[in-house]
Amino acid sequence: MKTVVVVGAGPAGIRAVEQLVRSGLRPIWIDEAPDGGGRVTQRPPAGFTRDAAALYGADAGRAKRLHATLDAMKPRTDWRPDTLVWNIRPETRTLQTLTGGSEQGEVSYDALILCTGAVDRVVPFPGWTMPGVTTLGGAQVALKSQGVGIGVSPVLIGSGPLLILTALQYIKAGAKPALVLDTTHFLQKFWETSGLLWNTPTFLRGVMMDFRLRLSGVQYVEDATPIAIEGDSAVTAVRWRDTGWKEHVTPCDAVALGWGLKPESQLADLAGVPFDYDTKQQNWVPRRDSAGRTAVPGLFLAGDGAGIGGAEVAELAGARAALALLADNHLPSDAALTVHLDTRLRTEARFRAALDRAFPYPAKLAAKMADEVSVCRCEVISAGELRAAAAADAPEMNRAKAFSRVGMGRCQGRLCGPPAAEVLADALGVKVDQVGRLRGQPPVKPIPVQ
Amino acid sequence: MQQDAPSVSAWPKAPRSAAAVEADRIRCVETEVIIIGGGGAGTSAALHLALRGVSVILLERGLVGSQATGSNYGGVRQQGRHPAGIPLAIKSRAIWARLPELTDTDAEFDPCGHLKLARTEAEEQSLLDWNATAAEYGLRPRMIGRNAIRDLHPYFSDTVIAGSLMEEDGTANPRLLAPALARAAKAAGASIREHHAVTAMAHDGALFHVTANGQDFRAPWLLNCAGFWGGQVAASFGEAVPIAALHPNMLVTEPLPYFLRNSLGVVGGDLYLRQIPRGNVIFGGGHGEGDEDALSTRPTPQASFGAMQRAIAVLPGLRDAMIIRSWTGTDGQMPDKFPVIGASHTTPGLLHAFGLCGEGFQTGPGIGAVLSELVMDGRTDVPLDAFDIGRFRVQDAAA
Repeated sequence: MKTVVVVGAGPAGIRAVEQLVRSGLRPIWIDEAPDGGGRVTQRPPAGFTRDAAALYGADAGRAKRLHATLDAMKPRTDWRPDTLVWNIRPETRTLQTLTGGSEQGEVSYDALILCTGAVDRVVPFPGWTMPGVTTLGGAQVALKSQGVGIGVSPVLIGSGPLLILTALQYIKAGAKPALVLDTTHFLQKFWETSGLLWNTPTFLRGVMMDFRLRLSGVQYVEDATPIAIEGDSAVTAVRWRDTGWKEHVTPCDAVALGWGLKPESQLADLAGVPFDYDTKQQNWVPRRDSAGRTAVPGLFLAGDGAGIGGAEVAELAGARAALALLADNHLPSDAALTVHLDTRLRTEARFRAALDRAFPYPAKLAAKMADEVSVCRCEVISAGELRAAAAADAPEMNRAKAFSRVGMGRCQGRLCGPPAAEVLADALGVKVDQVGRLRGQPPVKPIPVQ
Repeated sequence: MQQDAPSVSAWPKAPRSAAAVEADRIRCVETEVIIIGGGGAGTSAALHLALRGVSVILLERGLVGSQATGSNYGGVRQQGRHPAGIPLAIKSRAIWARLPELTDTDAEFDPCGHLKLARTEAEEQSLLDWNATAAEYGLRPRMIGRNAIRDLHPYFSDTVIAGSLMEEDGTANPRLLAPALARAAKAAGASIREHHAVTAMAHDGALFHVTANGQDFRAPWLLNCAGFWGGQVAASFGEAVPIAALHPNMLVTEPLPYFLRNSLGVVGGDLYLRQIPRGNVIFGGGHGEGDEDALSTRPTPQASFGAMQRAIAVLPGLRDAMIIRSWTGTDGQMPDKFPVIGASHTTPGLLHAFGLCGEGFQTGPGIGAVLSELVMDGRTDVPLDAFDIGRFRVQDAAA
């Protein structure tokens, strides 16, 4: 084994590198952030002094352990922070990189573990592109990285653990949300209790968080529907409908949205890994075995980039993929740990399945968005224009993109792809997986003309 | 882990009754003209034939306009053509002007002018030479000298010493052309069959027998408009030609303030660049790579970096603009960089129009008209001698 490369220094990447180093390898380790750490355990910039408890709350222990391993591993790897991998060529086993936003490079690998993480999944509705609107993940990163909130009286909208976690973090930071709007019905969550017991500590933590939010005095509504974000040049209020179809207007100065996560899987796509539609997650996920192996020689996947599992699963999956890489190359690997990780990952998969059922993506909200809503914010393409593309005989997403320009802008469909697929599938009267997904094209994120 | 997630790669099909499917399966479809390939040439041929009342079936392996027609730079350019190709380019340009009347859409065709740049005196001379030739065909390119080009285009670097502007040339949206022509052809009565990959074809002395998507088709005429893969069609009728795959490597920037009306080319062709009114700069030069069997293509970093450097050399202001996407497609390239258009030498009723060498987006609509004339009138007003497939037979025999 000559060169092993790990892309990503979040929970999955850190645990993958740890196992590789344990086996005596010195991998090349590439991360987009200046100092690694991932998103859940986002690191503040150098010179910021808030401690882990303040930054990460209940996740402080995990963050401290991960960061300790990260810092211990850096000198034992070829550590390349602030570096974007923007292309992969599986035939030549090379990666194209951009360091510091300006320095182009090429990295060869014999084996590669992609731990590329996830991005918020949003549902566009009127006003979502207004200044002052961000994602739940973005609202969290603002707190964790810069120690600032998105507003002093924000409205948080979405579903899933991240909604409640972000609300509690904002309460703690002194920016009490004006409203927490959960599109999921309480009973939907309650019914999945038995499945959620597959990870009892996490479930209990979730229940505790839920109680804390309910006791906080913040207005927390469930089974509600966002109608519009109001304001001229900045957010002034959110209009929404309660479970009894009564309309309300809640004044606010910022909004954060998020309905779970979507894998950042563009590099796996460019590498030629086949994708499957996961009906539970309602995401396209790259195909891999339970250890992270793919059909592309030398390529392994771990963490949320390989299918959403959360930080805890990412740690397990990162280590597991590294052990698979070591075993496949006849290098020393921890057999007992391998068995242990396989057991844990199986249990976590059951927990995750229940979680996905408990907090479903509101596909219908996306599919039925009003014609005038901008579904693709980069190119400013409305849902109506996308529906017109469907009428002009676009049976799948790439043809709809060709006709309407949806997904042709700066984000290349990373954000608008999933809701656009819901709109298109609904317009065509087919299931969402039948309209396919936008195919990846390099660069996975913008690079400068040089 | 995703054992119960179904793998879905197929496109949805229009719902059809089981009886209809079965009836189709057992029936051989008879028609007057079969077209293989739904690019610009094939869809235009279908439209022009259908408009003249001919019964025509177009067989397209994927969706129409999926290959070179749908993924090219979007240049609608007569400028710089080999003299033998100028009449075809002129005929096609006239159809571009009539696109709204033919198809109810302009495919975003904009006669914004094509400005070809010279970076050396030798290149300037070659512009002058071509302009003299073009004048014989009635084209009126306009030379822009050293001072004028500086005045009119202050954003060019000093590398650029002169240019020649073809005002009636322009650009269009490649993604829209073939679908628009196919829609119009369908409305005129043509049968456009997408997801119909041809698996067998033969000629029995009178009729062509073509199998696609499990269905048999029969017709006295067969039009080979299969782009790069047209070489395989020709070979199956005993006319192998030395065709190579061409993968033009292209990039697009994020939107920049609108500054450039003309589409740009350079003598030598290693850079082409345009800005669309919404601000994105689209440029190319150099070659990507592809797998012609897997129907996959990808841009290469080397080609992208090369094009970026040549673009900055001409337009220094582009430095540090952000590239948001790069792509390529598959065209057919002949050794003499000239397409194969015209009648087969081996098989009566077989007409070729393939290997369009990167110029098929502009010429496709015209080629379709020419093919329809060859079928209906036995002649066309465009001289085709230079495009004849026979020019390769000596080399093939030697090879």
